[in-house]
Amino acid sequence: MEFFRIKNDIPFMKHALVFNIISFITFALAVLFLLTRGLNLSVEFTGGTLLEVNYAEAPQVQLIRDALGEGGYPDAQVQNFGSARDILIRLPNKDGLDSNRVSEKVLGMLATVDGPKGEMRRVEFVGPQVGKELAADGGMALLLVVIGIMIYLALRFEWRFAISAIIANLHDVIIILGFFAFFQWEFSLAVLAAVLAVLGYSVNESVVVFDRVRETFKKKRAMSTPDVLNHAITRTISRTVITHGSTQVMVLSMLLFGGETLYYFALALTIGILFGIYSSVLVASPLVMWLGVSREQFIQPKKTKEEAVV
Amino acid sequence: MNRYPLWKNLLIALVLIFGFIYTLPNFYGEVPAVQVSSGKATLKLEPAQVEARVAEILSAAKLPHTGIFSDANSVRARFETTDLQLQGKDAIERGLNPNAADPSYVVALNLLSASPNWLTSIGALPMYLGLDLRGGVHFLLEVDMDGALTKRMDATAGDLRTLLRDKDVRHSGIRRISNAVEIRFRDTDVREAGRKAILASTADLLLVDRDEDGQASLTATLTPQAAKTLQEFAIKQNITTLHNRINELGVAEPVIQQQGANRIVVQLPGVQDVAKAKDILGRTATLEVRMVDDTAGRLEEAMAGRVPFGTELYTERGGSPLLVKKQVVLTGERLTDAQPGFDGQTQEPAVHLTLDSAGARIFRDVTRENVNKRMAILLIEKGKGEVITAPVIRGEIAGGRVQISGRMSTQEATDVALLLRAGSLAAPMEIIEERTVGPSLGAENIEKGFNSTLWGFVAIAVFMIAYYALFGLVSVLALSANLLLLVALLSLLQATLTLPGIAAIALTLGMAIDANVLINERIREELRNGSSPQAAITAGYDRAFDTILDSNVTTLIAGIALLVFGSGPVRGFAVVHCLGIMTSMFSAILVSRALVNLVYGRRRKVAALSIGQVWKPSNN
Repeated sequence: MEFFRIKNDIPFMKHALVFNIISFITFALAVLFLLTRGLNLSVEFTGGTLLEVNYAEAPQVQLIRDALGEGGYPDAQVQNFGSARDILIRLPNKDGLDSNRVSEKVLGMLATVDGPKGEMRRVEFVGPQVGKELAADGGMALLLVVIGIMIYLALRFEWRFAISAIIANLHDVIIILGFFAFFQWEFSLAVLAAVLAVLGYSVNESVVVFDRVRETFKKKRAMSTPDVLNHAITRTISRTVITHGSTQVMVLSMLLFGGETLYYFALALTIGILFGIYSSVLVASPLVMWLGVSREQFIQPKKTKEEAVV
Repeated sequence: MNRYPLWKNLLIALVLIFGFIYTLPNFYGEVPAVQVSSGKATLKLEPAQVEARVAEILSAAKLPHTGIFSDANSVRARFETTDLQLQGKDAIERGLNPNAADPSYVVALNLLSASPNWLTSIGALPMYLGLDLRGGVHFLLEVDMDGALTKRMDATAGDLRTLLRDKDVRHSGIRRISNAVEIRFRDTDVREAGRKAILASTADLLLVDRDEDGQASLTATLTPQAAKTLQEFAIKQNITTLHNRINELGVAEPVIQQQGANRIVVQLPGVQDVAKAKDILGRTATLEVRMVDDTAGRLEEAMAGRVPFGTELYTERGGSPLLVKKQVVLTGERLTDAQPGFDGQTQEPAVHLTLDSAGARIFRDVTRENVNKRMAILLIEKGKGEVITAPVIRGEIAGGRVQISGRMSTQEATDVALLLRAGSLAAPMEIIEERTVGPSLGAENIEKGFNSTLWGFVAIAVFMIAYYALFGLVSVLALSANLLLLVALLSLLQATLTLPGIAAIALTLGMAIDANVLINERIREELRNGSSPQAAITAGYDRAFDTILDSNVTTLIAGIALLVFGSGPVRGFAVVHCLGIMTSMFSAILVSRALVNLVYGRRRKVAALSIGQVWKPSNN
C-alpha cells in the first residue's frame, strides 16, 4: 500500500496567499467569538461549587431547583448531565456564605426532595482565591511554551523559522479557543492542558517540514526558495497525513470511549490536530518564505569551516 | 552493517526486562489487608516493634496471613479473604488495644497490592492511582498567615510591656496596629533606652523611630526572617495536627503535603463521608497545664481504683502513672511559642516555651508557690487528655520564658515542642478547594481511560501492519515497548496516575508512532531512490533521527511548561506526557532498530524489505 503517489512537487507556494487569507479569516472569526461570546469557563477557573448526582430513576429537576431555592441557593443552576438520571448542580461563590460547607448543605437538601434518592458522584468546590491563580498559571505556562520553543527553533534553525512556527501555531490556539467560545463548550483545566499540548505538537509538525527545507537547501543548489518549500512539503506529506491520522485515531478513541471528562479534552485535540496540519504546513512555510529565507543562511557557515580546515 | 554491538542489544534487553518487572505488579490486583497506625498524638509508632507484635497476635489467633509490611507510619498485614481480614482486624484490635475505651492504635481495613513479596521487596509497586480513579476526598487548605501574625504581634505587645517594666523603662502606651506594635515614649532619651532594652532581649523585631506631633514612638515589626520562621512553623505544626487527626479516620493512605508557602493538600482515598472528614480537620486540640498531686499514698489509692476527689489518673509518656489535679492552671491559649533547643548551662536537650503576659504572671505565681513540685502539661483531644510532659519546678519562673529539660533526647524535645504547639498556636485554616469523587465514578473512569487507550492502540496497530507490513509490526512492537516502559516508570516513581494522566498515555502513544512513521517513510524514500535494502535501513534511521529529536524536544518544552505551572489535572497530564516523550524516544529509535537489525542485519543478501508496497514514479 502506498497512499501518496506524487510524481512532481505540488506547487503549494503558488497559493500561499490564498492559504493565509483563509487562515486569517478563521483567526479573525475566532477572535470575534472570543470577544463577543467569551469562554464558558469551568468551576475550576470561576470558583464555586459543582455537584454531580446520579439517580436510579430520572428525578424532577424543577423539584430540586425549588428545594435549593428555598434552602438559600436561588442562583443554583440545575441541569441534566449526559442522561436524564444524572444531575449537575452549579453554585457560584457568594461572599459571606460559609463556602466550606456548601456541598454538605446541598446534599442534605437533596435528601429531602421527594422522589428517587440520588448518589453523590462528584463534588468540586473551588474557592475564589484559587481560580484567579489557575488562570494566571495557565497564561504563564503558555508564555513559557512560546518562549522556550522560539529559543529552541532559533538555535536549531534560524530566527525566521522560529517566528513563522510560533505565529502559525499560536493562531491554532486562538482558533481552538474560538471554537470553545462559539459553541460555549466548557473550558476546563483539562482543555487547557490539551491546548498547550497541541501547541507543542503542531510545532513538531512545522519542525519536520523545516528539517526537510534545510536539507533540501543544502542538497539541491539549483532550486529556488519556493521550489525548495514545495519539495519539502511534498516529500513529507505522506508522513504528515499518516502521523496525524494515527494521533487522531487515538483522540477519536478518547472521544468515543473516554466519557464526559475526556470529551472536551479530546475535542480540543481534534481541532488542534486538524488546524495544526493546515497551519504548520500551509501557513508557516509561506511565512518563512516572505520573511526572506534563502540558501545562504544554511550554506555559508559550513563553507568558512571547510576553508579553515584547508 | 545493520548490526548492533552486543552491549547495545544487552542494554535494550535489560531495559525491557526492567520494564516488564516493574509493570508486573499492576496485573495482580488487590487483596484485603488490615492497617495499624498510631491512634494518639503522643504515641509514635515503632514499625519493627508493631510488626513483630502483629505477627505474634496473628499466629496466636491461628490466622494465616500473606505478609506483613511496614512503613514509617503504619504496619499492614495482608489476608487471602475478606473473612480472614475481618477476623484479623478483631484479633489485632484486641491485642494492641487492651483498653478499648482508650485505643492506642487505629486498626483499619485496607486493600493492598496482591503482587508477590519479592516484587514488593524490590520496590515494584502498582501505579499510584489518583483520587479521580479510586474515589475519595481532596482538600486544599489555606493557612491564615495573617491570623498567625496578628496573634504573634498581640503576644509581642504583651512581652514588650513586661520587658520594659522589668528594665524600668517608662513608656506611655503600647498597642498593636495591624501587624506592628507601636510603643510611645515621653521623649527621645527614654526611647533610646527602650530601644536598647528591646534589642538586647530579642533579635526578631525591627524597630523604626517615629516622631509625630512631638510624640516620640517606636514601631516594632517582625524581621522578614522571623516572619518566615513563624510562617514555616505555623504550617509545619498544622500539618502535624492534621496527621494526628487523620490517623483517627483510619484512612488507608492519606496524603498530607505542603503546597506553596501557605497551603496544605489533604487527600483521603476511599473516604466518602465528607462532613465527618471536615469536622475532624476543623477540630482543635487544646493544651492544659495542671499541677500533679504528689501527696503520699494518694497515687497508690488511685491505682487501686479509688481516684481521690478532684484528681485524675494519667499515664506518663514513659508509662508510669501520674495523678493530676483537675484544676487547670493555664491553657494553651496563653502559650505563644514552643521550640526545641538546648539548656544554656548543661547543654541537655530542652524545650523552650514562651507565654504571653497574662500567662507569664500566672506562671510566676504558680511556680513561686510550688517549688520542687511537679506540674503536668496535657494535650486534650477528643475530650481525652494525654500527658506530654511532667517536669519538676526548680524555682520561680518569671518573664514568661519557660524551659523544660532533663532526661530528654533531641528527638523527644522536638516532638514535645511540636505537640505543645499543636495544642496552642494553630493558625486558622480554611478549605479553599474540595474535590470528592464517588467510588463508582472512579471505577468508571479507569474503565473509560483503559478502553480509549486499548481501542486507539488496536486501530493504530492494524493500520501500521497493513501499511508497512513487517516494518509496521516492528513499529507496533516498539510502541508496545513504549507503553511497557511508561507504565513501569510510572509504577517505579509512584507518580499519581489520574484520568488526564491516562489520556496522556493514549496521546503519547498516538504521537510516538510519529517517529516510526518518519523512519519508515524515509526508508521507503531511500528505496525509491534506488538504494540497496541494507543501505536504505541505515540511511532511513540516520536521517530520521534529527527530525525525531527536534520534534520531541519541542513537545517536551510544552510538557515541562505544563509541569511547572500546572496544578491538579494539568499536572497529572504533564507528568505522564513528559515521561512518555522520553520512553518513546528510546523505543522508537533503539528498540525498533534492534528488531530490524535482528531480522535483516545478519543476512548477507537482502533482496527486498517487507515495508509494504513502494511506489516508484515510472519516468524516474
